[in-house]
Amino acid sequence: MLAWTIYITFFGVLVLMLLPRDQQRAARIVALLTAIAGCVVAFVGAIQQANPGEVATIVKAPWIPSIGANYYLAADGISLVLVVLTGLAAVSGILFSWNIEKRTKEFFAFYLALIGGVYGVFLSFDVLLLFVFYELTIIPKYFLIARWGSTRKEYGAMKLALYSFVGSHLVLIGLIAAWVVAKGQLGHASLDLLELSKVAFPIAFQHWVFPLVFVGFAILAGMWPFHTWAPTGHVAAPTAGSMLLAGVVMKLGAYGCLRVAMVMFPEGVRMWQGEIACLAVAGIVYGAGVALVQRDFKFVIGYSSVSHMGFVLLGLATLNTIGLDGAVLQMFSHGIIAGLLFGVVGRMVYDRTHTRDFNDLETMQLGKLLPFAGVTFVIAGIASMGLPGFSGFVAEFQVLMGAWTVFPKLTILSGLGILIGVAYTLRAIQKGFYSDAPPKPVDHAHPLNPISIPERFGAVMLIGASLVVGLFPGLLMNWIEPCFNSPLSMFARLLVKGGSQ
Amino acid sequence: MNTVNYLEILRLAAPETIVTVTVLIVLGADVTVMRGKSIAARFNVGALLSILGCIFAALLAFTRHTEANLFNGLMVVDPSSDFVKVAILALTVFTILISTSARFTDHVGEYLSLILLGTIGLMFLVSTEDLLMVFIALEFASLALYILTAFNKHNEKSAEAALKYFLFGGMSAAFLLFGFSLLYGISGSTNLREIAVGIAGKGFDPLLLVALVTTIIGFGFKVAAVPFHLWAPDAYEGAPTPSAAFIGSGSKVASFYVLAKIFTLGFVGAEGSAVWHGYLSGWTPVFAIVAALSMVLGNLTAIVQSSVKRLLAYSAIAHAGYMLLGVLSNTPASASAMMFYVITYALTTIGAFGVVMVVEEATGGDAIKNFAGLSRRAPGLSLCLLIFLLSLGGIPPLAGFIGKFFLFSAAVSAGANLGLLWLVILAIAMSAVSFYYYLRVLKAAYVEDAPGEAPAIKVPLLTFLALVLLALLVILFGCVPGLLTQFL
Repeated sequence: MLAWTIYITFFGVLVLMLLPRDQQRAARIVALLTAIAGCVVAFVGAIQQANPGEVATIVKAPWIPSIGANYYLAADGISLVLVVLTGLAAVSGILFSWNIEKRTKEFFAFYLALIGGVYGVFLSFDVLLLFVFYELTIIPKYFLIARWGSTRKEYGAMKLALYSFVGSHLVLIGLIAAWVVAKGQLGHASLDLLELSKVAFPIAFQHWVFPLVFVGFAILAGMWPFHTWAPTGHVAAPTAGSMLLAGVVMKLGAYGCLRVAMVMFPEGVRMWQGEIACLAVAGIVYGAGVALVQRDFKFVIGYSSVSHMGFVLLGLATLNTIGLDGAVLQMFSHGIIAGLLFGVVGRMVYDRTHTRDFNDLETMQLGKLLPFAGVTFVIAGIASMGLPGFSGFVAEFQVLMGAWTVFPKLTILSGLGILIGVAYTLRAIQKGFYSDAPPKPVDHAHPLNPISIPERFGAVMLIGASLVVGLFPGLLMNWIEPCFNSPLSMFARLLVKGGSQ
Repeated sequence: MNTVNYLEILRLAAPETIVTVTVLIVLGADVTVMRGKSIAARFNVGALLSILGCIFAALLAFTRHTEANLFNGLMVVDPSSDFVKVAILALTVFTILISTSARFTDHVGEYLSLILLGTIGLMFLVSTEDLLMVFIALEFASLALYILTAFNKHNEKSAEAALKYFLFGGMSAAFLLFGFSLLYGISGSTNLREIAVGIAGKGFDPLLLVALVTTIIGFGFKVAAVPFHLWAPDAYEGAPTPSAAFIGSGSKVASFYVLAKIFTLGFVGAEGSAVWHGYLSGWTPVFAIVAALSMVLGNLTAIVQSSVKRLLAYSAIAHAGYMLLGVLSNTPASASAMMFYVITYALTTIGAFGVVMVVEEATGGDAIKNFAGLSRRAPGLSLCLLIFLLSLGGIPPLAGFIGKFFLFSAAVSAGANLGLLWLVILAIAMSAVSFYYYLRVLKAAYVEDAPGEAPAIKVPLLTFLALVLLALLVILFGCVPGLLTQFL
């Protein structure tokens, strides 16, 4: 059933491509219906899965027998969480880009192609298939930003595309090497993740191949110091593009780290655990610190993404159940909250005021002019700071708990990151919406358009999702926890020694 | 060989014979029936006849399952070489299809028959295990290619390109012949398998070394590998676009097939080793150096090109480097991976040149800026371009990606202890570089707007048909590579 998320989405791309050029309304509706259908399928499929701790096969058919590649789609609890996130992000992204007038159908075609690739990555249990979907997302990203973006869009788009491509090529080197070694051990060629997760790669081999694959994926997760694509890319992207970049694309990287790099090379993770944690915390603190001094509203959110993704990487580095639980939950949580923040800044504010400079925004009294945007941003900000009641709290708290047992000093440092997070969020709320700077005379010839219905829907949906998960974390934890707890799962090898440290 | 059975020769060389007859028919029809008709009509009828002949020959080669060895390896027919012939014929068909809209010449019959003659040379080239025949067939094909390059008489660049190509080609032929003669001197035979026996156990004497190096130089020119690549950018740029497409496709496939054959059959025991920390002199380390240079120089130089044809030429040099990786890995898996890569590369290249040709005729140039706004002016065409260039760049699920995966995984498997990984890492790093310049062209097509008034580009029907077919093949072989690998 879940495989239909991929098929429906790509079918939507096809329909959009066949639409006549001037049918903007039709294009929007097709895109929205496709995204909703994908989201519904994701939800229903996720709920139907009886035992999230096990890998439930959806399709498994021989694809390229000579190299052992299968068309193997499956899902466990972690896939379920991320597929549901993708569904939510896809729908809200379309609601927030209802105002795209320029080449509407192409915009949504690229948009849905990106979403389809993302669904594919989260559901692939064949490494080659996963890699195919992973690279498939690069091209739509590039064109979405380069064509429909704003500030330095071509630079931002090219940077993002090259970073992604370089990262995926690091992964490719590692995968080819691992494929050859695994072939020697298994006696047959295999690209099946479940099978590869049982191969004992030589320690010396894991020592160099793990960082290659991990960093390759982590580039897309915004790991410091390879994060520099993230702020420029997020800022250059159109609103829906930033929402997807922060919401799901960065998760692709983190997911790849967990599902491919860590599962295949558990000894490698143990060797590099400390280094990863250091880089993660560096990202948390650095991202937060830089966000604190930005003048561009979108850069604040862009750097905050780097900071929040640092928690995901820190959670992964803990190698204990609670830390990993937190990392996966943080992927979901950040996907929702960052999407919402970018939606407010990009669509509600920038598309109306045509500026994101705090110096200009301070004089506009946006809190009064756009009360809905103001309130939404405050709620999103609170969620982003990690206040209890929202998903961010549950996620980051677990990450820190997990990290405390392994890296106490680094955990304290990352607590500093959270404090700075509070500071830059409050600063953004204050400067962006509720400044007491003397107002500039309002230009009544160009009053700001009121917040439209699709925007309200999108905002409410995302806030709702964050609240529900914050108040009832069990909903998602019931999917995530069994994956790491079961001694039979593909992650078991990862946790054997790491959990007791 | 006592008596020569000519009927037997004709039977075994039936595909080649059919194409030869087709040449005569095309030429004859053009000077008799089609005389005085419009160029378009002459092109369409000539193309139809040529394509029918090619398809007929290809069907014959595809359906027969003959294994034969005539005159001690002078003519070898087996399913593998027959499949390569089918591939060459298919590439010829596509070349002819895209050339139907070309308007640079009124010598229609001659143009088409030269393409076919080149094809015949290439077909003979792949079905021999004898150096003499290799040389004759190679020169036969090359002569056709030189003339095809010079065919645009209104363009000085075309003549310059052809002269350059001819001079370089002639020199490479001399090198090749020199190498072959030394091999004959060492082993007493021109048959590849007998050469292998002849040089076995003699150690690595200087004479063999010279023979080896001159042979590599000769083929290095033919496949445009660094440092023997200098003719390629000028030839690609100056030649009429369909000719360039033919040089970059059919002739590549045949050259690489025979190159792999010569070295894997003829130089058994002189392989040496190119693995990291395990260097042994022989032909594989030489290939490794040539491959590495081609990948690095080709990709880095392509970045700064403004003409798309030159860009494709440098990318062809880079791709030759990847293909050499398949040759030097020297295992059955790497050989079939290399053929998969060459064939899909050739299909993609014809497609890319086809798009360039249409754009060139509509906008008067092949610079990257001429592609600006293509996605508005010709959406179908630019979608084809997107597919071809992304495949060349190695983006899944297109044929170029899966070809690279086959090639690189076969190469890593070949050396003991991942010994060839250093070359594969270089290749993958360089392929990441290549993504940048392909994206530059696509950026012009999809992101930039055409300057000023830009009417829709009318794409000639036959050319468009060929391009769509090629794009579909690139996708199909990428998604279901088994369709092609089962024959290799």
